[in-house]
Amino acid sequence: MIRPDAPVLLEIKDLHARVEDKAILKGVNLTVRAGEIHAVMGRNGSGKSTLSKVLAGHPAYTVTAGAVSYRGQDLLALDPELRARIGVFLGFQYPVEIPGVSNLEFLRVATNARRAEQGGEELDTFAFEDLVRERLNVVQMDPAFLDRSVNEGFSGGEKKRNEILQMALLEPLVAILDETDSGLDIDALRIVAGGVNQLANADNATVLITHYQRLLDAITPDYVHVMAAGRILRTGGKELALELEERGYDWVDQELAAQAPVPLEVA
Amino acid sequence: MSTAQAVGDLVSQPYKYGFVTDIETEKIAKGLSEDVVRLISSKKQEPAFLLEFRLRAYRQWLQMQEPDWATLGYPPIDYQDIIYYAAPKQQDKKASLDEVDPKLLETFDKLGIPLSEQKRLSNVAVDAVFDSVSIATTYKEKLAEHGVIFCSISEAVKEHPELIQRYLGTVVPINDNYFAALNSAVFSDGSFVFIPKGVECPMELSTYFRINSGDTGQFERTLIVAEEGASVSYLEGCTAPMFDTNQLHAAVVELVTLDDASIKYSTVQNWYAGDENGVGGIYNFVTKRGQCRGDRSKISWTQVETGSAITWKYPSCVLQGAESVGEFYSVALTNHRQQADTGTKMIHVGPRTRSTIVSKGISAGRSANSYRGLVQIGPKAVGAKNYSQCDSMLIGDQAAANTYPYIRSQQPQAAVEHEASTCRISEDQLFYLQSRGIGFEEAVSMMVSGFCRDVFNQLPMEFAAEADKLLALKLEGSVG
Repeated sequence: MIRPDAPVLLEIKDLHARVEDKAILKGVNLTVRAGEIHAVMGRNGSGKSTLSKVLAGHPAYTVTAGAVSYRGQDLLALDPELRARIGVFLGFQYPVEIPGVSNLEFLRVATNARRAEQGGEELDTFAFEDLVRERLNVVQMDPAFLDRSVNEGFSGGEKKRNEILQMALLEPLVAILDETDSGLDIDALRIVAGGVNQLANADNATVLITHYQRLLDAITPDYVHVMAAGRILRTGGKELALELEERGYDWVDQELAAQAPVPLEVA
Repeated sequence: MSTAQAVGDLVSQPYKYGFVTDIETEKIAKGLSEDVVRLISSKKQEPAFLLEFRLRAYRQWLQMQEPDWATLGYPPIDYQDIIYYAAPKQQDKKASLDEVDPKLLETFDKLGIPLSEQKRLSNVAVDAVFDSVSIATTYKEKLAEHGVIFCSISEAVKEHPELIQRYLGTVVPINDNYFAALNSAVFSDGSFVFIPKGVECPMELSTYFRINSGDTGQFERTLIVAEEGASVSYLEGCTAPMFDTNQLHAAVVELVTLDDASIKYSTVQNWYAGDENGVGGIYNFVTKRGQCRGDRSKISWTQVETGSAITWKYPSCVLQGAESVGEFYSVALTNHRQQADTGTKMIHVGPRTRSTIVSKGISAGRSANSYRGLVQIGPKAVGAKNYSQCDSMLIGDQAAANTYPYIRSQQPQAAVEHEASTCRISEDQLFYLQSRGIGFEEAVSMMVSGFCRDVFNQLPMEFAAEADKLLALKLEGSVG
């Protein structure tokens, strides 16, 4: 839902970042207001996933220029855990397995970390169990997954549901979902997308990073951005995604080539 | 966030037991000789049999070589540069706690082991050992009502010489190994526990060892006997001040269970480990062995080893009685320059004996952590079973983990299973937890305690949480 007067949650300005010696982001600009759903599309290697990792604070990526403000605060100055506590959420493309750490306990510690930041009181095991059982409905997840180790032995679809469950518990203001649809069959995709739709409201915003139109059939974006060579090349409405679906990404290459030559980045 | 806060607070103070108590100490001169052995024995007013025991051990020790097979590196120990007896100056052991030097009580208060009547732990009886002597034992009278003897080994020598003579040195013979022989010659104090036939010890028993002097070796001796059908759970804790020299600690622990008896022996070892460059710390050379003499008896070792510059320790079970059970649950954590070579021996002698080994080694910094274990099945151990699981976790890329399992079976109808794994805390796992609002140190400690859960579950409840915190504390700054 686009409201020009809605508060800006996330503002990315001329963001440059590299991993090791390789420059990947080369000047990303993006403004996200409350209530909006954005889709960032693009080929493998266009920098989509890097953008999500940089926003969440992954230590392997180095920001070389630009700024990111989250509700007026310098996001890049914060450690990853602080970003999460103030309401920035990254849904992982490949959620890692953490043997030995109980999923329930992990969810409880994470939820309490976010609550403490918001001035809420800590939930004990019992109060948390009530909350988590209610939120399981968002993704129709079997409570048996709570007793297992974090993501250990989960199927691809179960891992993604577990991601959305975390989102449902943490109630972020900006959720960046990296290839949430990858590895999902049609039913799982419907459930996960249904969860994302349920959680979207006028106060928060969602940034979907995806290859394919099919996720956008289930979640209608307000904006679609096409990324290529580390920048957002074009922005449009939901019809842009359909255009991409129809024409493929080849025209993006042509458009890139037609532009004034991009100066070579020096890492 | 209260747990995170607690861990955070702990983490900010690296080794909180590093203080030295300023107390007048009676020490004998440095060095070891037959005269020194005689002097220790006479200071403790021991009966002739014990002096004889010590002298035999000393003469054997002279013939022996320090073992060098462990994966440990340290400069040669000068045995003449160590003080073999140090005791806080006070007259004989006090009849009542009120007469104990308040400085000593204060020391144990500071260590979280209050001894005074009002403050002592309600369900744990404690024997507090300071340098070479036991200074107090709580709940002795209450335990005596059940026929349980819990006192320092020096007291036991005076009051129950027949029990000492019957059991001392029968599980770990004086010439068992170099360090056991040294201990047998010069042992100072330690605890004695005797649980008579049919008695289930009504409370947890615990000994707390404190090294205070900088140039003194600690050679404690513990003996626990559980008669037919008796059972007891015993815990030892250890700390030491921070010195930039190394102190030698060579203890011997002997456990005996008769028919249907069980002993659960837990250790939370937090001796000073040296600084991040490996300067200072305790050299811990310990012989611990239990003998399941009776049928269906059980001995269970649980250890959480976090301190010491050097750890050389293999708590073992000799499973003699038919259907007797041995268990070993271990977490060994090394950080900075620490070195640990630890594991167990399960010696199956009797038929249908069973043993379980669960070892979790965590190596951080530039430390080296080795598991060394022996499972031996004798010709009469028909139907014996062993299950071993050895897992290693590496933190950072400069630590080393080794596993040396030895299996010797002379019994075709025995089943021996061994599983081993190695893992590393990855940057991606840490980032995942952090990206959910969980702080860096807490993320590490969650993963480490998850790794150790199988062992922590074996600790008495009061100490499981402590062990968790202790690991968090020890890992401060080791990741990244």
